[in-house]
Amino acid sequence: MQDALNITPVSGASQWKRRFLQPLLRQHSAMVGLAIIAVYVIAALFAPWLATHDPAAQDLEAALQGPSAAHWLGTDSYGQDLYSRLLYGAQLALIIGFASVALGLVAGVAIGLTAGLMGGRTEWVLMRIVDGLLAFPELILAMAFMAVLGLGTENVVYALALSFVGPFARMTRGDVLQVKNQPYIEAARLMGVSTAAVIWRHVLPNVVSPILVQAGMRVSIAILLESGLSFLGIGVVPPTPDWGLMIAEGRAFITMAPWISGVPGVALAVLLVALNLLGDGLRDAFDPTTQKDA
Amino acid sequence: MFQAASAKLAQTLLVLLIVSAASFAFLKLAPGDPVSIMLGSDYSKASYDQLTHELGLDQPVVFQYGNWLADFVRGDWGTSYITNQDIFELAVMQALPVTLTLAALSLLIALVIGIPTGVLAALYRNSWVDVLATTLAIGGNAFPSFYLGILLIWIFGVDLGWFPALGFVAPWEDFWQGLWHLTLPAITLGAWYVGLIARITRSSLLEVLGQPYIQAARARGEPGWRVVWVHGMRNVLMPLVTVIGLQLGGMLRGAVMTEVVFALPGLGMMVTTAVLNREYIVVQAGIMLTGLLFVAVNLAVDQTYQFLDPRLRRR
Repeated sequence: MQDALNITPVSGASQWKRRFLQPLLRQHSAMVGLAIIAVYVIAALFAPWLATHDPAAQDLEAALQGPSAAHWLGTDSYGQDLYSRLLYGAQLALIIGFASVALGLVAGVAIGLTAGLMGGRTEWVLMRIVDGLLAFPELILAMAFMAVLGLGTENVVYALALSFVGPFARMTRGDVLQVKNQPYIEAARLMGVSTAAVIWRHVLPNVVSPILVQAGMRVSIAILLESGLSFLGIGVVPPTPDWGLMIAEGRAFITMAPWISGVPGVALAVLLVALNLLGDGLRDAFDPTTQKDA
Repeated sequence: MFQAASAKLAQTLLVLLIVSAASFAFLKLAPGDPVSIMLGSDYSKASYDQLTHELGLDQPVVFQYGNWLADFVRGDWGTSYITNQDIFELAVMQALPVTLTLAALSLLIALVIGIPTGVLAALYRNSWVDVLATTLAIGGNAFPSFYLGILLIWIFGVDLGWFPALGFVAPWEDFWQGLWHLTLPAITLGAWYVGLIARITRSSLLEVLGQPYIQAARARGEPGWRVVWVHGMRNVLMPLVTVIGLQLGGMLRGAVMTEVVFALPGLGMMVTTAVLNREYIVVQAGIMLTGLLFVAVNLAVDQTYQFLDPRLRRR
């Protein structure tokens, strides 16, 4: 089925539609996930306009208040407005989630491509480094990198990105090894197409969809890890509006002010469910091994 | 067979070597100079040089690595600056059993709930059971375990008072007390696995139930439960073990969070506290130990295949 699609000469736009858009539209639960994510993205983009307070402004007079007209979702123990912090928290979570996955993807794909195409000693050394990264659970790896890099938003992105390099590199290399020996690659080489062009036009397009599926699923892990690190106190630093920090802060007040951890907790859970729905949909739509029903 | 086994062994040893090199590199990369940290704020150049020499830090890095590895293998992991405790004792004798107990109990809960849910979902496909199971699976898998833990503490620990909210009692000292203290943490961590297990059970069972040998078993007049639980489940075990092994990273991630939320003195708690205290040798011990654990479990999963699938045994 894939081959048939590749052979048909169609314009770029409609080919894109057929290969990527239509299979995805058929996944209904993925569309639900996408709709929820869209709400979060809008909240994040328009946070400065939607927020009613400065997310880091403290007002001890108004601390530990329940939802009211002045503070729509209540306040925390410093009197910070939870609704405003929620919006800015969405911004932070999405930025960290996407940025860390994007960075990890670029580095991982570069390593995987180099290893797969160069072969020999380069491949051996690179893949042993990847083995080393993959020998540790992501959270432990991210914690170790945070310990080395120090706390802060930017370092969370780097630490998460580094802990994602391994899976992307291994996957890319595996796919490249499969594609590398296909006759069309040899044909292109024999025709005198430059190595860079072979990689860009013939190798990458054939390994890109499983990698993107993987990236989609990683974003939810990234956001979970990011909020987790902040919850543990080794991620983003206060008073940055971060959901993990907010949950940690509300933990002490769970009986008297359950909304402090409830607001970010529910927001985080819903976003993660939506991301998982979308990730599963992407996988079902593009992963050839699960395409039986399509 | 022998060749395959020795290749596997060589590969594992190589990975272990990489794990150890990575853990060693961590300490080298960690900020701060260990000598000045140990000496405190006031010291002379001579005492600085002397301690550097005593710690072997004036030797080439490769020698330092060799020494460190030799010490590590001998169980000499150094002493914590803060608690003055032997780190091997802290990590292996105290923290590791806590984490392993928590993980085992969570896995048990997840299997006991997850497998029947998956089987029901497969047998009554597209019914409300199936929908419920799928919802549970997606929800449980995505719900952040640290928030779930807080909710459980609030509802069952504080509000209803059925379970202790925090703390740890070793089950090997007081079995029932220990189990009672571990119930909420194990549910928190297990919730993550339940969904996964239910999902895999459902999909692999559906795949198997359409096979001719199942129809043959039915045609022979074997009772329904026997067809499902004996003939069907046998073939679900392989993917199940694979997923459990593959998701160990997720399990450890959840375990770190769960331990911190419930104040359990496990590996996750140890590493978190050490990172916060900037006690890098303890972090390093934690990294090395989780790396070893990870490699060991992956190896164990590989070995189970031969046990579960007779076709692999003969080769």
